[in-house]
Amino acid sequence: MKLLVPYLTAGVTENWIDYLLAMQAAGADAVEIGLPFSDPMLDGVTIQQASDQALARGVTIDSILAEIKGVPVRVPLIAFTYANLVFRPGADEFCRRLAEAGFRGLIVPDLPLDEAASVEAAAASHGIELTLLVAPVTPDDRLAEIVARSRGYIYAVSRMGTTGERDALASSAATLAARIKAAQAARIDAASALPVLVGFGVSGPAQAAEAGRAGDGVVIGSALMRRVLDGATPADLEAEVRALRAALDRADQEATADHASHAEISGHRG
Amino acid sequence: MPTLMTTPAAGRFGGFGGRFVPESLVPACDALAAAFSGAWADPAFRAELGDLLAVYAGRPTPLTPARNLSAALGVELLLKREDLAHTGSHKINNVLGQALLARRMGKRRILAETGAGQHGVAAATAAALLGLEATVFMGERDIERQQLNVLRMTTLGATVVPVTTGSRTLKDATNEAMRAWVADVDDAHFLLGSVGGPHPYPWMVRELQRVIGDEARSQSPYVPDVVVACVGGGSNAAGTFAGFADTPARLVGVEAAGGAAMSSGRPGVVHGARSMVLQDADGQVAEAASIAAGLDYPGIGPEHAFLGSVGRAEYHCVKDDEVVAAVRRLARAEGIICALESAHAVAWVLREAGGPLLPTGSRVLLTLSGRGDKDMATLGEVA
Ligand SMILES: Cc1ncc(COP(=O)(O)O)c(C=O)c1O
Repeated sequence: MKLLVPYLTAGVTENWIDYLLAMQAAGADAVEIGLPFSDPMLDGVTIQQASDQALARGVTIDSILAEIKGVPVRVPLIAFTYANLVFRPGADEFCRRLAEAGFRGLIVPDLPLDEAASVEAAAASHGIELTLLVAPVTPDDRLAEIVARSRGYIYAVSRMGTTGERDALASSAATLAARIKAAQAARIDAASALPVLVGFGVSGPAQAAEAGRAGDGVVIGSALMRRVLDGATPADLEAEVRALRAALDRADQEATADHASHAEISGHRG
Repeated sequence: MPTLMTTPAAGRFGGFGGRFVPESLVPACDALAAAFSGAWADPAFRAELGDLLAVYAGRPTPLTPARNLSAALGVELLLKREDLAHTGSHKINNVLGQALLARRMGKRRILAETGAGQHGVAAATAAALLGLEATVFMGERDIERQQLNVLRMTTLGATVVPVTTGSRTLKDATNEAMRAWVADVDDAHFLLGSVGGPHPYPWMVRELQRVIGDEARSQSPYVPDVVVACVGGGSNAAGTFAGFADTPARLVGVEAAGGAAMSSGRPGVVHGARSMVLQDADGQVAEAASIAAGLDYPGIGPEHAFLGSVGRAEYHCVKDDEVVAAVRRLARAEGIICALESAHAVAWVLREAGGPLLPTGSRVLLTLSGRGDKDMATLGEVA
């Protein structure tokens, strides 16, 4: 099974919770909830716009968490936000509030390994999984440490650049996912290796399938948020996410079939 | 007392500084820190930079006694004349160093953010001189109010990219420059214009600007009682303070009232460093509001946050109308038209001279960070 993790900017529209439920209904395995920040340094225009729109509506972290709390979500929720929002109330208080609102995980793209210790400790104490990101330029020794310290997932940043739709998946996506897999395989706990999610700039079903083949799943953000900003209804978005789900499932079946035929061949030899 | 204004271990100034950047930029920051350490310890690099500063940028800049103002105010005022450096501000000191470093690292392009356009002009100048391609990010609002500098940049061959997001000022231009850097990290050097940003920038830019303080120290006939400079990100102040940190001189940074990170901000993480930041209860960064585009910024370099927190430096702020009055008063008293940014330091001296913060007879050394040509249109609009 390949994991499908759509991203949604919290508060982007008044009915943003309906988009969350649509994603769940369409077969999302988890949903990344973007907590909007005024200065989203690693986001391209689409998520910048979505964040600005949410903030202009007057949402706050409290109002977002309060809205989420009452919603019947079954899938894990992962908060995606920037370091200043985490440190402002203090990492411990921030993680406590996330846990109280039912979140499972947290991703902070401007919190590299070297600055992460206090947030890792705070997250762990509240049962929040802090997922760390690996970039195409991450050297092997750092990559191994990220693999060791990341929780929930390992996030493979598909390309050198910001979030945002692209015409093609960067070749760095597959290379990076393979490097992470190799680092996981080299560990003593290889059997319980965390899923590798490929994200940043993955657009549309074909790219989702390609990214899914490279790792264990995909995160899709801007491509969906673009539709929301352009006025897609929750039903429209559900159809989008279903198409991604179908493409990922097909890629998975092909891979399994492939795998089975390889196994047969090697079984023959043996 | 920690050793002040030396090389910060791992980029930390007490609890401030650090490196809060995406994983994609970590190797580039490491490479830059190593390259700067190497270059700064290399006598050949220092000699090449020193030569450019002298024969190209016009250093040393003079230390001018402001005789008429001194007499009127009852304090002894010396002006460190960065307005007389090539391109019209202290920004040239930093860009020549970083552009030489970029070339040494084999980079072809530089990316820069600018507010008032002084850093953009300086970056475009250094790029032209050293054969680098320059792309400068500038908020749309600043493009409107600093037209002269936009024309200077394009004349120098730089590409000016208007930034239309957020407050459309320096904060947003900095975001955009960092985004561009992530996408082009092999070929491009991010030529940051002040003492903010992730390690090694706050340290590197302070070292490149310390020429201001070192010169002033040797030019001054005495150790002044008070050393004062305006603070946006804080590079001209940091460079000035570096020359006096080990003396008894009081160090005073003057911020814009509408961008007073030290007086009204709280600790936070923005643009790669932990420092003082204007922000709301959630941590959303506030928009600054200053007549001086170069000080229209909600943050401040982390070393200033540290110097303030340990009491080694003090930070005050002045309002737009005091700043406008200060430009005019300095012009008429001394025949020097300074930049709106620099006028913040002047305004503080004008306001406090003879009072408890600056008693009569005080000896004051003030860094005049830039000249005011770029601000003539803005000044023409205020009564
Ligand atoms: C003349 C002048 N002074 C001061 C500044 C503020 O920068 P810093 O605080 O880094 O010296 C600027 C920035 O644009 C400037 O143009």
